Amino acid sequence: MTTQTIAGRDVTVDEEGFLADPAQWDDEVATAIARDAGIDPMTDRHWQVVRYMRDTYLSTGSAPTIRSLGKASGVPVKELYQLFPKGPAKLAARIAGIPKPRGCI
Amino acid sequence: MGAEPIEKVSIIVSKGSFDGIYPGLIMANGARMEGIEADLFFTFFGLDAVNKARNESVKVASVGNPGLHVATWLGGFPGMSAVVTRKFAKRMDDLDFPSIPEFIEMIHDSGAGLYACKASVDLFELERDDLIDEIDDVITVGEFYEKAAGGQIIFT
Repeated sequence: MTTQTIAGRDVTVDEEGFLADPAQWDDEVATAIARDAGIDPMTDRHWQVVRYMRDTYLSTGSAPTIRSLGKASGVPVKELYQLFPKGPAKLAARIAGIPKPRGCI
Repeated sequence: MGAEPIEKVSIIVSKGSFDGIYPGLIMANGARMEGIEADLFFTFFGLDAVNKARNESVKVASVGNPGLHVATWLGGFPGMSAVVTRKFAKRMDDLDFPSIPEFIEMIHDSGAGLYACKASVDLFELERDDLIDEIDDVITVGEFYEKAAGGQIIFT
């Protein structure tokens, strides 16, 4: 765990850049993490996925799988990969300020 | 510094059982989830995974499968294979694993390439129309190696 300054705020992140404390997150932190990962600008569709992931994590304690993202976020699997080409589940989780998902599917 | 990250995998699915097909699908889907390029190549009985007439009735073998720890005489009982398969399918559904047809559609949507082996298609006297729409092409082993260039080949 290290402390990093993202969007002018001091936040704690793990070795892969996932926020240790989801409470340190806000829209500007999300936009900065996204930009750093090559997603600029964050479109409404990106936000839809990111907010769905964050809400699911905060209410259930675990991040959704790609399958449930594709079914329930309102963004189909094909588009998920277009929005987050380097791996939708992990990148969206990082932008959403939640821990790295550990599912195999 | 660690080793070079894997950037591309070509996964061969050669078996037509439940436990013969799923691992290759999980590895292909897992690769795409990590942003790794992935192609799937279905050969021999692995073609059942993409055969419209068979992809919904793939079974766990209950005979000749020591991993199940079921006596051979019991495993050979009529309907045993179906019972064991249902048990696995139920457990996997609980863990949010898709069925084989849905999984393959998902992998296709993730941008992975899906290919059927020409020799096997000929051997089983199948036509392109017998295979699911998600199949990108029916290709020879030579074409498979061309597509696999620059990546890792995984045989399952």
